Amino acid sequence: MPNFGLLITEFLIAGLGFVVLIADFSIPWRSRRAHNLTLALLASIGLIFIAIYSFANRSVDPEHLYEQLIFVDGFSLIFKILAMGIGAAVTLISIDYVYRKIRNPGEFYALIIFAVLGADLVASSGELLTAYISIEVMAFCLYVLVAISRGDGRSAEAAVKYILLGSLSSALMLLGIAILFGAIGETTFRYMESVMSALLGGSGNDPSMTVILGLALFFAGIGFKLSLVPFHLWAPDVYEGAPTPITAFIAVLSKAAVIALLIRFLAEAGYRSMDDWQLPLAILAAGTMTIGTLTALVQQNIKRLFAYSSIAQVGFILVGLISLNENGVNAVILHMCGYAVTNLAAFSVIMAIEVGQGDESIEGFSGLASRSPFMAMVMASSLFSLAGLPIYAGFVTKFLLFTSAVQAGLTWLMVVAVVNSLISLYYYIRIIKQMYVYEAVNSVRVSPSIVASIPIWLLFIGMVLIGIYPLPLMTAIDSATNALGPFLG
Amino acid sequence: MDRYILEILIFLPALTAALLMVTPAAWVMAIRWVSISAGALLMFASAYVFIGFDQNSSADDFQFVKEYEWLESVGIGFSLGVDGIAALMVLLTGIVSVTGLVVATNVVKQPKNYYILLFALIAGVYGTFVSIDLFFFFFFYELAIVPMYLLIAVWGSSSKFKNFSRTKEYSALKLVLMIVAASVLVWIGVITIYVQTGSLTFNMLELRELIQSSDAPLSKDFQNIVFPLMMIGFGLLAGLWPFHTWSPDGHVAAPTSVSMLHAGVLMKLGAFGIIRVGMTLLPEGFETWSLALLILGTINVVYGAVSALSQTDLKYVIGYSSVSHMGYVLMGIGTVDIIGLTGASLQMFSHGVMTALFFAIVGAIYERTHTRDTLVLNGLSARMGWASGFFIVAGLASLGLPGLSGFVSELLVFIGTFRTEPILGALGIIGAAITATYILRLIGRVFFGPIDPKWESLKDLSPKEFGVGAFLLTPIVVVGIFPAPFLDVIRPSVDVILRGMS
Repeated sequence: MPNFGLLITEFLIAGLGFVVLIADFSIPWRSRRAHNLTLALLASIGLIFIAIYSFANRSVDPEHLYEQLIFVDGFSLIFKILAMGIGAAVTLISIDYVYRKIRNPGEFYALIIFAVLGADLVASSGELLTAYISIEVMAFCLYVLVAISRGDGRSAEAAVKYILLGSLSSALMLLGIAILFGAIGETTFRYMESVMSALLGGSGNDPSMTVILGLALFFAGIGFKLSLVPFHLWAPDVYEGAPTPITAFIAVLSKAAVIALLIRFLAEAGYRSMDDWQLPLAILAAGTMTIGTLTALVQQNIKRLFAYSSIAQVGFILVGLISLNENGVNAVILHMCGYAVTNLAAFSVIMAIEVGQGDESIEGFSGLASRSPFMAMVMASSLFSLAGLPIYAGFVTKFLLFTSAVQAGLTWLMVVAVVNSLISLYYYIRIIKQMYVYEAVNSVRVSPSIVASIPIWLLFIGMVLIGIYPLPLMTAIDSATNALGPFLG
Repeated sequence: MDRYILEILIFLPALTAALLMVTPAAWVMAIRWVSISAGALLMFASAYVFIGFDQNSSADDFQFVKEYEWLESVGIGFSLGVDGIAALMVLLTGIVSVTGLVVATNVVKQPKNYYILLFALIAGVYGTFVSIDLFFFFFFYELAIVPMYLLIAVWGSSSKFKNFSRTKEYSALKLVLMIVAASVLVWIGVITIYVQTGSLTFNMLELRELIQSSDAPLSKDFQNIVFPLMMIGFGLLAGLWPFHTWSPDGHVAAPTSVSMLHAGVLMKLGAFGIIRVGMTLLPEGFETWSLALLILGTINVVYGAVSALSQTDLKYVIGYSSVSHMGYVLMGIGTVDIIGLTGASLQMFSHGVMTALFFAIVGAIYERTHTRDTLVLNGLSARMGWASGFFIVAGLASLGLPGLSGFVSELLVFIGTFRTEPILGALGIIGAAITATYILRLIGRVFFGPIDPKWESLKDLSPKEFGVGAFLLTPIVVVGIFPAPFLDVIRPSVDVILRGMS
């Protein structure tokens, strides 16, 4: 009898989702505002409590269920908490948006919770099929969430594109998994390792084309979820068409989860054949950040710009991942946390502008500094953070990422990364110029409600705190990656 | 106080910025008084560091050293300390900051945000001068650059000239992109040095010990490749030719107090970076490239002076003269000579104070006349006696009149250059002669001669502006007449740096 107690976090999250759904239809709501606010607070506070509970009851030793299908260790814990934090933050910052634009808040918040559950399982899975199913759990919630603005044509269009391309990529991934299983006879990461490194050219054999094909298909699927170049073309359209809270949610949650999966896969199944992975992944990373950065330069729509900027950010993350040493993996997780906080802060401002003045163009930001100084400051800070400037999170996390790349002997990749980081500053400055230098075209004072401005403050403080004092977070991350420790080169 | 003096230098401006952030924007007088008081406190703290710096301690060249843990796992610590050069730079930052903050009281547009950004910049500058951890050195270096964009783009002024125009947005973007592009080179250098030495530390004192030990973890080839990155990366901020073009444009567009801080201290960060990181951590690379630096520095001197000669906008003249004067600093560093390097360090101080005085007076003139065109301004000394007086003293200091600070530092640089490359020394002196030409011509045209009737009603400096002028004038005269205490502070540190070379 497996120890189901280990899955308490997942049960709680699923339960919370159902509670939100039941509350949605069973309580006779008097006003839409109360309806929306109650559900949002229920969802976010519930997630926060589950996060605190699972942290307080964490097990010291890494444990696993069903013969290593699902890991319950420090590494999955930190990503679970990150996912729940993202879910809670997205719920809180989107209260105003949902009230104005979305007719069915119950489904909206419940699907966010279920997506968090999916992400949570992705980060815990230690086997290919479990990973696949978990990714699908997350992806199906996201498909529906993208389409949730009923009546908005762009939302529907984005959803169709997302579903079609998403299922194609899932099919490819599944095919890859099938081929790998055929060649290796195993789908559990830890047991795949020895056969795979032998088949990839270890101990003097010729590399097996079957394994390479399987891996290539598997990575294509992963690449789609992460919007790596050349699998990124869906991202701008989906980001632009989706309701803005969901854009933010996709941009951070699905990436955090898949990155966790990738780290675990590489650390457990690929550490001995890492030398073979390194160059292809490095080229992927260089291409992703370069194309993301260069395409972002010419965007006029703020959500499209963030789509390309987040593509570039994944490239940076990959830089740290490739080194696959303890520093690199720590830096990746720290960057992921900083990136989540920064992006959510930026999106909360984008959302406020969209709700306030119905504008998604970069010109919509003009004169924001004189209209809403606080929102302008948060936006400018997040942009500086994304560009990697102190005192914000982006500076220290990028510094550590790039350091790990040089430690892995990939100096050229670090040079590509810093140059891209520089180019990105140019398009971030375009927005800052609109906010601070130009006169306002639109005179609407964008001011979020009190409930919505508290999470923005918290995100802003988090962004600065990671930038100037990352030690507590880094210590937590460090002990989390110790769970993978023996497998990191 | 002694134990936390360097922390005060960084956190006082940072906390002032945070305090201003939560102050209502309408409380303008409160904002100004808080800022000026913080500036005054910083001035005292800076003077305390300079005076408290014990030049006779032979044990270690770094003083007030403090270390805090930050990210132990990768070897980043929050470590502070000053050597003689840094102590002098701290004093300079104190002088320029407090006067800049006083001058900034004339900003009417969003004074709150202006002061927040100024304090961020000042925290960055102090942090760079007092950090001995490579990571934090770079952290504060970037922190000092970022606010410049907004300070120029929001509060600056666009100018139209006869055949070209410069908008403030253009100048601000050019300045920030060029400096950040250069700092990318520094970034690459910093990370490769850290990884190449292979010891998990960013502490520059430990790195220096390792690099100069017999193990020599950085091979000569490595240093020869990385040093130019540092030289260009930091040199750009010091106005190194041919990467200086951001500087005059930036000065022209910037508001007065930002020009003062920019030319007064920010450009010094670049030269300081070459000394602190380039010379100390890459001694062999520096030896290979020192001649190139010396030649480029000489070009800076001559090119800057020639450019200044043909300008008709007061701020462009001062902007190019800054390029020219920073050339002396680069020359002095390039000599690898104790006298030259001492001269370079003193020149940083002397130029910082002098150019801040220049910009303060030019700002005062512009506020009254709304023009900076030297062909339109004339005979101002009749109505603005004190302003003319201050400007003339700064001018004379910049052309190297004995008895003023510029003379001492330029003389030392020339002696150093003549001891290594006499031809370049001669070229440098030609540059100084051109400086004399444009400064004297400018003074003659703008301040003397018959006054145009439209300037008849001009008022002389207000007490506040007079105070700023007098405060900046004092160090120029003191260093000119009595340079010994300043040189005594610099020299032991220069000694240590040059000992690391051989």
